[in-house]
Amino acid sequence: MKHFLEGSFAVAEIVKLCKPGVISAYPITPQTHIVEELAQMVADGELDSQFVNVESEHSAASVVLGAVATGVRAYTATSSQGLLYMGEVLFNIAGLRLPVILTCANRAVSAPINIWNDHQDSVSMRDTGWIQLFAEDNQEVVDLHLMAYKLGEDKSMMLPVMVCMDGFILTHGIETVDIPTQEQVDKFLPPYSPLYKLDPANPLTLGPLVDPDAYMETRYAIQETLKDALKLIPQITADFAKIFGRHYNGLIEEYKLKDAERVIVAMGSVCGTIKDVVDELRAKGKKVGLLKITSYRPFPEQEIYEALKNVSKVGVLDRALSLGSYAPLAGEMKAVFFGKKKKPQIISSFVAGLGGRDITKNSIKEIFRLLTTKEKACEFIDLKPELLKEKYE
Amino acid sequence: MSKILFAPGHTACAGCGQSLAARMVIDASGPNTIIANNTGCLEVFSAKFPESAWEVPWIHSLFENAAAVASGVEAALKYLGKKDTINVIAQGGDGGTADIGLQALSGMLERGHDILYVCYDNEAYMNTGIQRSGLTPFDANTTTSPLGKQSSGNIRFKKPMPEIALAHGIPYVATASSGFPQDIQRKVKKAHSIKGPKYIQIHAACPLGWRHATQDAPGVAKLAVETGLYPLIEYENGKLVGVRKISQPKPVEEYLKAQGRFKHLLNNPEELKKIQEIADKNIEKYGLKAASPEVS
Repeated sequence: MKHFLEGSFAVAEIVKLCKPGVISAYPITPQTHIVEELAQMVADGELDSQFVNVESEHSAASVVLGAVATGVRAYTATSSQGLLYMGEVLFNIAGLRLPVILTCANRAVSAPINIWNDHQDSVSMRDTGWIQLFAEDNQEVVDLHLMAYKLGEDKSMMLPVMVCMDGFILTHGIETVDIPTQEQVDKFLPPYSPLYKLDPANPLTLGPLVDPDAYMETRYAIQETLKDALKLIPQITADFAKIFGRHYNGLIEEYKLKDAERVIVAMGSVCGTIKDVVDELRAKGKKVGLLKITSYRPFPEQEIYEALKNVSKVGVLDRALSLGSYAPLAGEMKAVFFGKKKKPQIISSFVAGLGGRDITKNSIKEIFRLLTTKEKACEFIDLKPELLKEKYE
Repeated sequence: MSKILFAPGHTACAGCGQSLAARMVIDASGPNTIIANNTGCLEVFSAKFPESAWEVPWIHSLFENAAAVASGVEAALKYLGKKDTINVIAQGGDGGTADIGLQALSGMLERGHDILYVCYDNEAYMNTGIQRSGLTPFDANTTTSPLGKQSSGNIRFKKPMPEIALAHGIPYVATASSGFPQDIQRKVKKAHSIKGPKYIQIHAACPLGWRHATQDAPGVAKLAVETGLYPLIEYENGKLVGVRKISQPKPVEEYLKAQGRFKHLLNNPEELKKIQEIADKNIEKYGLKAASPEVS
């Protein structure tokens, strides 16, 4: 049924329908509306769940870790500093092969402290072993949460999934969203029943010390599982389409790429703005397009290659940095095409929208303008030169 | 014979008070128990892949989060309607409890989870090579509170963890000692009979870190109690309901001279006096002295 509601509430609605037995979170902007709404649902008796108010994000992640290890579906959400504070536990959850589902309301990282949107938080956690899915709008946010549980809990996966939604832009944006019925959700998502769990009837040791004789194999296993995820995600989106009628690729989305000469690659809500600009420029006869990355981890290298191999100019838009090196997504895009015969003439790297600076249609047009035969490396868009004059000496 | 829940063959040092205490804890808890264990000696020597000494479900996540992981386990059991039949234990060493894990522990206690937290207090970071923790006693010689021209060891007193636990208003707080194994079992059983968060801190002799002979481990642990330096106390609902009485408190030298970590104090009357004062204060505060017939 269609509802006109805030993104955070839409997340709460779909999480409720997924029936997590344990929810744990710590307040941080812009994530809080999600768990406030879930707390209210529990308080009103609409959701049968243990809501654990913890003293930190480190403990929030640890609580859901313990719950999923006990065989109960769980949910948590965070942003920015909270995600970084969870970092140690995030690695641990993936290493223990526990399908925790987490919403990251993407926000910039301090210092300077800034509550607004960019992707530095989740991108900084890309090596934890979590699947990371980026949503463009709130319908996709809702649908990705539902698919996240199905994906992470699949017995061939048993990995945690982070659904990334742009802070404020999506969390606080009000849109019309189709929220499925309980019956539909139950049809799509079976109850969580792991092969192994903490159970006195069948005692097992979880999280032992592993020395050089076996540690590498545990890491290799995750690496291989994430390769398999690239095959499973499209299957899950196909199953999803049968019940819910919405079609996703789940790994990437191609927008007007067929004859495109200049293409921007991006993740998250900015893709909506880019689509508008593409439409405008197409109307003027410009051959432009968008490649949206939904699955940042695992990174769909083959799909990206197929989508862009005939495009001459690619501009990668990062909303995060790997300070001192290539912007994160740009570096990986270059790696996709290294040594390939068919490849773009140039892969330019653009950085925009850090700390919530608006990425407007003009920003996107500027990127398309800069997509010439001259390759750009980590080109910051919309910088204010007047703020860069001061010297420390 | 009941099932062995903490099997022999693990890799603890000879004379390890923590392994003895851990066995007492799980034996008293029984097979319907789930344990969350902080990183530390116990985790390392009991669960080295592909072996495990644990015959109950046991999870190790990180150094500081056993209390939070156990909170998640407990919440899951409540959701499943199984909490009444399964005990949940969170356990760790003194560093994992009083230092890096204090926040998670405080959260667990404050939230009222039905969990027994056990701190095995061997008074330093033994697993990483005897570094000072918040529970290292005054003047102890550790690798990060070493003796020197300007140092007679650890400059601080033990963090009052039982009192910190007590301040959370939890229903049961006790101390115990690897020198008194049956007392550990009695306290663990009592703790499980009470709903809500429980905290037991067990003084655990460590021949490696305390530097005494392995066979002296029970005796050294006992001396800590008999001198008044490690009072065995029991609080229910905030009230002191039991102490282990000492008929004739022994002078602290007897405890100190048995251990290499305190050896430097024996010819230092000034420092000895300070340590005797700690014991005397405990004796007075908790009323440890037994009324004995010899004393009128």
